[in-house]
Parts: sequence; C-alpha cells; structure tokens
Amino acid sequence: MNQPIEGAPTPPQEAGTGSSRWRFVLPLGLFAALLIVLFVGLVHSPEKNIIPSPLVGKAAPQFSIPNLVSGGEPVSNAALRGHWSLVNVWGSWCATCRDEHQTLLMIKQQGAVPIIGIDWNDTPANASNWLQQLGNPYQQVGEDPNGRVAIDWGVYAAPESFLINPQGVIVYKEVGEITPEIWREQFLSRIDAAGGASPPPATGG
Amino acid sequence: MHSPRPSQLRALASAALLIGLLWVGRALAVDATPPLPTAQLQQRYLALTHELRCMQCQDESLADSEVDLAGQMRGEVHDLLLRGMTDQQVKDYLVSRYGEFILFKPPMNWRNAWLWGAPVLLMLIGLLVGWRIVVGRRRLVDEDPDEPLDDTVDEHWQS
Amino acid sequence: MVVELGHYALILAMLLAAAQAFFGLLGPALSRDRWMAAAPSAACGQFVFTALAVGVLIHAFIGNDFSVRYVADNSNSALPLFYRVTALWGAHEGSILLWIFVLSLWTMAVVARLRYLPTEFGARVLGVLGILSFGFLLFTLATSSPFSRLFPTPADGASLNPLLQDPAFAVHPPVLYTGYVGFSVSFAFACAAMIEGRRDQLWARWMRPWTVMAWAFLACGIALGSWWAYYELGWGGYWSWDPVENVSFMPWLVGTALLHSLIVTEKRGLFKSWTLLLALATFSLSLLGTFIVRAGLLISVHSFAADPTRGIFILAFLVIVVGGALTLYALRAPRMQSNAGFDLISRESFLLFNNILLVIAAAVVLAGTLAPDIAGALHLGTLSVGAPYFAPSFMVPVLPLLALLAVGIHARWKRGGLSHAKRVILTTLLCGLVIGLPLSLAVYGHPMPLAPVGAVLGIWIVLSSLVDPIDRIRRRLTLSASLVGMTVAHIGLGIFVLGITFVSSNSIERDVAMKPGQVAMVGDYAFRYEGVRDVSGPNFTAVRGTVTVTRHGQLITVLHPEKRRFYVQGTVQTTAAIAPGLHRDLLASLGDNVGAGAWSLRLQYRPLIRLVWIGGVIMALGGMLAVFGRRQRGPATVPDAIPIGAARRTPA
Repeated sequence: MNQPIEGAPTPPQEAGTGSSRWRFVLPLGLFAALLIVLFVGLVHSPEKNIIPSPLVGKAAPQFSIPNLVSGGEPVSNAALRGHWSLVNVWGSWCATCRDEHQTLLMIKQQGAVPIIGIDWNDTPANASNWLQQLGNPYQQVGEDPNGRVAIDWGVYAAPESFLINPQGVIVYKEVGEITPEIWREQFLSRIDAAGGASPPPATGG
Repeated sequence: MHSPRPSQLRALASAALLIGLLWVGRALAVDATPPLPTAQLQQRYLALTHELRCMQCQDESLADSEVDLAGQMRGEVHDLLLRGMTDQQVKDYLVSRYGEFILFKPPMNWRNAWLWGAPVLLMLIGLLVGWRIVVGRRRLVDEDPDEPLDDTVDEHWQS
Repeated sequence: MVVELGHYALILAMLLAAAQAFFGLLGPALSRDRWMAAAPSAACGQFVFTALAVGVLIHAFIGNDFSVRYVADNSNSALPLFYRVTALWGAHEGSILLWIFVLSLWTMAVVARLRYLPTEFGARVLGVLGILSFGFLLFTLATSSPFSRLFPTPADGASLNPLLQDPAFAVHPPVLYTGYVGFSVSFAFACAAMIEGRRDQLWARWMRPWTVMAWAFLACGIALGSWWAYYELGWGGYWSWDPVENVSFMPWLVGTALLHSLIVTEKRGLFKSWTLLLALATFSLSLLGTFIVRAGLLISVHSFAADPTRGIFILAFLVIVVGGALTLYALRAPRMQSNAGFDLISRESFLLFNNILLVIAAAVVLAGTLAPDIAGALHLGTLSVGAPYFAPSFMVPVLPLLALLAVGIHARWKRGGLSHAKRVILTTLLCGLVIGLPLSLAVYGHPMPLAPVGAVLGIWIVLSSLVDPIDRIRRRLTLSASLVGMTVAHIGLGIFVLGITFVSSNSIERDVAMKPGQVAMVGDYAFRYEGVRDVSGPNFTAVRGTVTVTRHGQLITVLHPEKRRFYVQGTVQTTAAIAPGLHRDLLASLGDNVGAGAWSLRLQYRPLIRLVWIGGVIMALGGMLAVFGRRQRGPATVPDAIPIGAARRTPA
C-alpha cells in the first residue's frame, strides 16, 4: 500500500525492452533533431531564393537568336567558341540590370572576357535605347522576345550571368547582380584556376 | 538524367498526381496558351502545369501563376507535348534546366525514399506501438477486472 | 509623443510579465501565500499595459501617423478606416503584438477562473504563462517594435497589400491566433501538473475546457483562412498545402489528439504522460509555426518578410521553452503513470489509435513542410514538396482514422467492447453505402478513385454520431453538454469530409477566350460573356466583366468579375465573381484582354464546396457547446497535489 506503483509495462518505441525510462527522453531527442533541421534551414535561408543550376558543368545550350542590330549575324554558340565568355541575360525593364551595368562596362574595359547579351522579354527599340543611354558593354546582343531561349538556359529572373570556358562548357552561374567583388571572387578566380584568359579575336558587335 | 521507371510506379504516380491535383481543386490561371488538339493532351497539359512550380513566384504552380515567365513556361510545356514527349520527358527536360526544385512532386527515387516512405513507415511504427500498448493494458485488465471506474466525471461517460 | 507611450507600455508589460512568472512559480515553491496572490495581479497589470500598447498603435493607424514606421509601411490615407485598423496585423511587428495581446487575454480568462483551481496550481499556471509573455515581449522590444519612428516622416504611407484589404482579413488572424495562442493554456496546465508531480488526473479535467476552446477557435481560424483564400485568390482552390497553412494545421491535428486523450485521462487516469506530451507538443507546434513563417525558412505566398535575426531569437526561445518543458517531462512524467487496463475492443483502444493516427498525420505534414530543410541538413540535395505529395500521403493515416471513428464511437469503456453495437455498426455502414455510393457514382458521376470511399465515410460518420444521442432521447435520458458537443463536432467532421470529397472529385474548370455574346458550357451551366466596362473604387480602378449564367434555359445568376489596379502600389488584383450555393459554387474570373474584343475567362463549377467550411465551423461549434454547456461546478474542493512518493493505489 505504501509502495509507489511503477507504471504498467510500457512498450518502448522500438523493438527490445530494457529500461522504459528512456522513452521519456525520446521527445527531447526528437526535439533536438528538429532543432538541427531548423538551424540548418535558418543558416541557409538567405540562399533560399537562389536555386543551384543543373547546367553548371554541362555544355552551353545550343542557341541562335536574331541580333539586336538589324542586319547583323544571328547570335549563336559560335560567339562562345575558343575563349572565355560571359553570357548575360538582361532586359530594359529590369532595375537590377541597371545597377549591374557599371560592372559590365568595367569588364568590357578590361578586355579579357567578352560579354554576349541575351535581351529577355524585351523589344529591340527599348533595348537599343537603353544601351544608347547607358553604354553598351556587350560584344553582341541577341533578342529573346518570347523567352524560349531563356528557358533553355534555366533562367528564371534577371539579371543572370553564365561563365563559359573556351570549350563551351558552363563553369559558373550567377543569379542576380554581378558586383566587382563577385566578378573577382567567382568569375576571375575560376578563369585563373583554369589557366587564365587570352583576349578574344576582335569582332564587330 | 533519364532513369528507368517501372510501370507500376508510374501508374501510382499518375494516380497520386490526379488525386493530389483534384484534392487541391486548383483551377488554371487564366491561360492564353492555345488548347491542345486532343482532350488527352489537354488533360496531360493541365496535370503537368499543376505539378510544376513557377520559378519566380512563392510556392505557386505554373497553372496558377499569373507572371509572364509562367506563361512562357506553359507555352514550352505545350510545345513539348505537341512534339510527342511523354510526361516524364517533359519533366526531365525542365528539371535538366531548372533542377528538381521545379517539381512540386518530389521525384520518387531512393534519395527521396525517406519522404515518400514516411507515411507507411510511420503507420507501421504506430501500429506496432499501439499493439504493444493494447497487449500490455489487456493483461492488466485481466489481472484486475473489478477495478472501479471513475464516477466523478460527466454522466455521459457511463455507457 | 503618444507613440512613445506605447513603447513604454510594452516595457512595463514585459516587467509585469516577469513578475507574474516570478511570483507564480516561486510563490508555491517557497509556500509564500502573498507571492502566490501577487501573480494574478501582475497578470492583470500586464494585460492592461499590453492593451494600452495596442490602443496606441490603433490610434496611430486611425490618425494616419506616418512617423511611425509600421504605420507608414502598412497604411495609407486613402485606405478605408476599417482597413486602417486591421492593418494592425498586416505585417510582422503588428502580428506579434497581436500574439502578445491574445496571450494576455487568455491569461485574463485563466485569472477569471482561478478560483476553480487549487491556489498553488493556479499560481503555477500563471507563472508559466508569464514566462511565455515575457519571452514574446522581450522579442518584440528587442527586434520587432511596432513603435519605431521613421525620419523624415513620409507624406503618405505604402498602404496595405491589396490582398489584405478584405473583411475576412479583419477576422482571420485574430481568430487564428486565439486558437494558436490558446494552446498555451494547455501547455501551462501541463507544466504546472508536471512541476507538482501530481499523481491524480484532476489536472486533465481542468485542462480540457481550455483545450477544447483553443481547438475550436483554431478550427474556425483555419476554416476562415481557407474560405478567404478561396474567394480572394479566385482560383477556386481552398487549400494548397502551403507551408504556412500546414503550420496552422499541425497544431490542430495534435490538438485534436490531445482533446481525445484528455478524455481517457480524465475518465480512467490512463495515458497521463502521453496527454502531457501532447499538450507540450501542440503548443510547441504553435511556436514552431510562429518561427517558421518569420525566419525566412519557407517559400510561400504567405510568409512574412524574412529576417534571420528574428529567426535566431525565436529559435532560442523555442529551445528554452520547449526544451525546458520536455526536460521537465523527462524528469517527472515517469512517476505519473497509471496501471489501469483495457481490452482490445474498448473505447480506450479506439481513442489510442485515434491518437496514433492523428499524430502520424501531423508528422507527415511536418515531414513534407520541412522536407527542403531536412534534405539540406542530410545533404540530399534540393527538394521541393507540394500538394502532389501531401494529399496522398495525408490520406494514408486519415482514411483509416475516419473509419475507426464511425465504428469506435459505439465502443464502451474498459471491457465494454462492441458486441452490443454490431447491428448498429452494420446498419449505419449500410446506410452510408446506400446513400453515398449512388450520390458519388450517379448523381455527380465520373468520380475519381477515392471519391466513393469519401462519400460513404462522410455519411457513415454522420449517422454513427447520431445513434447514441437519438437512443438516449428515446429513452428519455438527459444529454450532457459533452455528449451534445461531441455529436455536433463529429457531424461537422462528416460534413467536412463530404465537402472535400465532392469538390475534389467533381469540380469542372474551363479556360476560354470569349467575345461578347459567346457561351461556354461548364457541366450543365451555360456561361455567357456579355462584355467589360471600366469602374473605379475608393483606391483602385478596375475593369468589370459581366457573365450571365443559365441552366436549362433558366437564369441562375449574373457574375461580375473584376481586374483591379490599386493606385498606391500599382499592383493588379484579379477579383473572382462567385455565385455561392449550398450545393454548388459558380465562379468566373477575368484573365487578359486577348485582343479583337475578346477576353480570356476562367469559369468554374464547384459542387458542395461550402460544406468544407460549414463542416469546419460546425466542428468548432461542437467544441463550444461542450465547454459552455457544462454545469458550473463550485470552487475546487479537491485535495492539493499529492507529492511524489506518497501512496496511491487506484488511478482515480
């Protein structure tokens, strides 16, 4: 009568008995596991909006689109062959592209890596005006008014930029604005790691 | 990127997709894409656009989203279906460009086994735990059948 | 000047919450009566100052005080007065303030009923609530004060997101929070019981009404949210397994398990430690929900602007509160076990499996919601989970659960079994089949695979729930509030199941480009597009379409879908036109002007969709009936907690 009665045989969560005491610690353990997941999620949350591209490490998609300059040659993979290139997806409607423009002009001035522009969801008139106003960092600009080429490149926002090596393989993708720091740390570092860039043959643009 | 897929899994996936699709009961965003020539193609189109994520929007499907990109991607799905691709090929096409994130339905492969297997696994654990509790308690009631019930609660419970 | 008053009011509220926690927990521990008596006073003070802070913020909104950053971000002078007030909970800072205010309201409710609890227990409950209030107030003052100023003061504000300019938005967050936060009372009761190490189960009886109330409010809140999404977003969807939706659903599922488990604990002293764990888990899921939607963890149309700093704070709060409670559980719960028994076929057994299945359902939803983060933590790549996963996975535990309900509701306690009910069970099942199958197969036709199952289950549940009350009425016995409440709630569930079944299986949707005068058929209904014209509202201009709906030649309704452009934010919002009906809804939405005088339109037919929300509200109503119908009992004359180690043979 004076003995506190222990609980009825309580089944453990998994097979095997032994002290049933530890099943009361199980919730704490599960909570700890949950915390780890949440913490990881929290740590990664700034990157939540940036989806890693499956195209990195693969050959650049085949494309051939009309040149912004009427009468010019279509812009295609030929422009990428034999040297490092930067493919930049932009639009005159895109505010962040405006911010990025200075950096692109700087890259053009350095002369090591030509920039091929894909004008996305835009009209030739707006694009030309824009480039006239702000300067043209592009060696060539192609038109993608209905977005199909962009889909081929896995583009979902502007600006997006792809670093292509001389063999035509996508080495890196940047979603969002390229700043001088990002250019140095993400793009130039990769070029240097592979042996450096030689200036491309001059072409009309 | 094309993994061989047993036909049963596909059937299950399609059934689950259809159930899932109808469970949500989501309508198409008003879609300017021209309808496909056959009803079957149109149905596949509807199913696919509900299963694919709009990459620009927070958590909306291609079918429901109103942004331009979604419209263009719906057009892409439309063209791919017209070209004769299977549902899986269409999905693979887009996944190879955008990654698995574009799928609302996690692919049923070994990597995601923990997720798809979770309901069944939890059911097995739950039934096991429940069974063991019942067995234990049944033994107790056999040992003390005359233990009185608590009378202080609502009269209702005395049935 | 007035605005700073709000800030100081929050500081005072926080200090009083600390006092409430201090006196509430240490008073009983040190057996100091005066301290125990101070706890309710501190709680009242905290409420007063919290209310004052809310009042100050409302005043700032009404008065268009754009020097307050929160007002400038969420309001505008062109905004109608009603929405200027509801903008209070339009973004993170205000909604946290709402959380705190609702918590203080629940605390006041506990204070009002304090005399029905033993003094020490009541003080401890208030103490735990005080810790929660303190934590949230600290969080608000440290990271999310709604009273921070903006210099220079803008001439006008950014206005409220057009999606939130809606009467339902006035009601949905407060009701939802009342539910979410209400489970903090169950949490506090559970902690108090564990602190005291009570070996009886009286705490279960005290806890149940609070739990049921919170559960009912949460059910209403979720139903409101679903209804609002339906008519606001205009896609005909009422539930998308969006992470934020899931995060409100999980506490409700576990809360349902809790209130069923409480019944067993109250009645037979069984499942005590399990019930305690559920009480902890339900509120932990509420806290988890709060964390997830504010910490940038989710990708969702619903989520607040992400801020990892806040995320860290809430995570720390979670660790302290939930970790602390679970540690208390690990220490105290083993001593609180019972040794009663029950048979395989008994009410206890059915309720046990009810709990197991509900918890599994919640776990599945949790797994899917956190899947991207789990995959990230285990380096399994990026993962994206949506309705195609949730819907089938959720049904795995829930379909058996529904069947168990229809059978188990007749089971007797302990050894009672079901032998007395065999005929009843078969009869109700037969009626379910006779009504449900033709309904699904013939009346609505072309059902999806599981639709007949859903139809039969829904009807079977309704009929099974009615058996016992009708029997008692026939035998001229009284019906207790609990029985009435339970019956109504279960009937609500059956109705809900029916609604979901038919709307999932038999909805029809069509996208068409139409010129004025053209007709499109949606099932039996003929939708005729008449044209569009321009209109304007208080803070928007719109294009308004007219669609006439007829059926077999008879005019049913005229629909006016709109596409609105809001002045301040420049955003475009599509407003669907809905013709509601008990047996079906008809919807029309405008798409785009496709040229040549034609517009693209989305037309829908949704059978029995209203049953989804009606069912949910009836469930909540059942809960309310169970709580408020109880006969008042006198002040607690029960003995105080029996300390651990003393002798107790029977579980009663």
